[in-house]
Amino acid sequence: MRAQFVMAEIWIGLRRNLTMTIAVIVSVALSLSLVGAAMLLNSQVNQMKGYWGDKVEVSIYFCNKNNQKNTKDTPNCASGEATQAQIDAVHGQLDKNPLVQKVYTETPDQAVVNFKKQFPDSPLAPYVTADSFNNSLRVKLTNPSLYQEVASQVEGQPGVAKVDDQSAVLKPLFNLMNTAQWVALAIMVIMFGVTLLLIVNTVRVSAFSRKRETGIMRLVGASNFYVQMPFIAEAAFAAVVGAVLASGMIAVGKYVLIDMVLRKQITLISFIGWGPVIQVMPLLVVIGVGMSSLAAVLTLQKYLKV
Amino acid sequence: MIRFDNVSKTYPKQNRPALDNVSLEIEKGEFVFLVGSSGSGKSTFLRLILREERPSTGEVHVLGKDLAKLSNWKVPHMRRQLGTVFQDFRLLPNKTVGQNVAFALEVIGKPRGTIKKVVPEVLELVGLAGKQDRMPGELSGGEQQRVAIARAFVNRPMLLIADEPTGNLDPQNSVGIMKLLDRINRTGTTVLMATHDQAIVDQMRKRVIELDQGHLVRDQSRGVYGYQH
Repeated sequence: MRAQFVMAEIWIGLRRNLTMTIAVIVSVALSLSLVGAAMLLNSQVNQMKGYWGDKVEVSIYFCNKNNQKNTKDTPNCASGEATQAQIDAVHGQLDKNPLVQKVYTETPDQAVVNFKKQFPDSPLAPYVTADSFNNSLRVKLTNPSLYQEVASQVEGQPGVAKVDDQSAVLKPLFNLMNTAQWVALAIMVIMFGVTLLLIVNTVRVSAFSRKRETGIMRLVGASNFYVQMPFIAEAAFAAVVGAVLASGMIAVGKYVLIDMVLRKQITLISFIGWGPVIQVMPLLVVIGVGMSSLAAVLTLQKYLKV
Repeated sequence: MIRFDNVSKTYPKQNRPALDNVSLEIEKGEFVFLVGSSGSGKSTFLRLILREERPSTGEVHVLGKDLAKLSNWKVPHMRRQLGTVFQDFRLLPNKTVGQNVAFALEVIGKPRGTIKKVVPEVLELVGLAGKQDRMPGELSGGEQQRVAIARAFVNRPMLLIADEPTGNLDPQNSVGIMKLLDRINRTGTTVLMATHDQAIVDQMRKRVIELDQGHLVRDQSRGVYGYQH
């Protein structure tokens, strides 16, 4: 197969069909940037859930040395750091409770590791040591809404500093993000539909406008692949340009929205870095090229017969 | 070369078959005229050979192959061994004469060196030496048909199918085209030509196959166009 000849055919096709090509590129770019946005939203949610967020409903923190100094917030800790026996006692009670599905333990050393994983960019990270954290038990319930029954059982026991209902804090936020994700997905599906129709139509017009060429190609025995390839390559080319545009839009969006605005206003949340953004880009190219080539192939089955 | 065994073809939503139980054989190296009025089944006959249509019943063998058993993806390779010429020339108006002929080789992936060598050769054969860089629109009808024949013949096919190649030409140009087809036939290529041109058929005295309403009504060697037409 002669690459130069094929490239020339593709170029002629794209130019002849310029307005439609632009429409396809814009439409592919928009739907792919929605795909990318949905993916990034997903990684943002995962990032915020952190290590424990998804797994447990109740966190039980035991007294450490710092709690002893400051007994105003944690009156239960006056007697000093919780002993291993006290921790084991609480752990044992939880294991017997039928509402408890699973209990994880987290030592201060593990907590440091998890913190650094979740907030790698945090200015505090270098100063965080095991002393800053408590021994804790993370409890997964069989029924999260019965949190109060478990909490009241362990609250006030010797060595227990604090009991947190993790889900009460994070649930509304996660619900919001999940809703946003679904909305992005729904718009994406519609945009995909529009894009597919546009590609089908463009390929059809392109095939029609080159009926003479393809007729002669078939006459002299060009293989189906050879006859159809320029059309598929046109669609794929438009998709690549669209994917590159979408990648650009996502990068700009992440920079403006997260780096310029959100990161400065909300310091508590760990935002995604450039890693996930760069990971999404090649995926967009693959999705775009796959989608448009498939649409082109299916269209040609119908409009470019042997 | 071509064999029809009890071939019938009925198009969907039509009562009368376009071809009705046609059997015949065309040998290698023959020159055959296919005659008959419009709607007699000539086009269907040619389309079956090119495998643009499949017969409703019966078998079509071309170049020793049963076309019914030929899978779709092998059809292009079969067509490379056939040359086709039409009444309306079917040239690409935005390509030069040389590019039009070269196009047939490019789309079947022939190397550029071969193309550069054989295109001028075949143009000389059809009597268009030196007109390689002209556009089809600058040529007369007869010359355009010569370009189409060059394109059909450049791959040295075993069989050349011509569907009314002189239909758009004046008598003088028609004679030129017929001389060219005769020359191609003498190189060993089988030529099958559908035509309405009585003078040409009568003059050439080749084998004549006549179709009427889908029936094979005459198969005559060294025939004339018709008895009472």
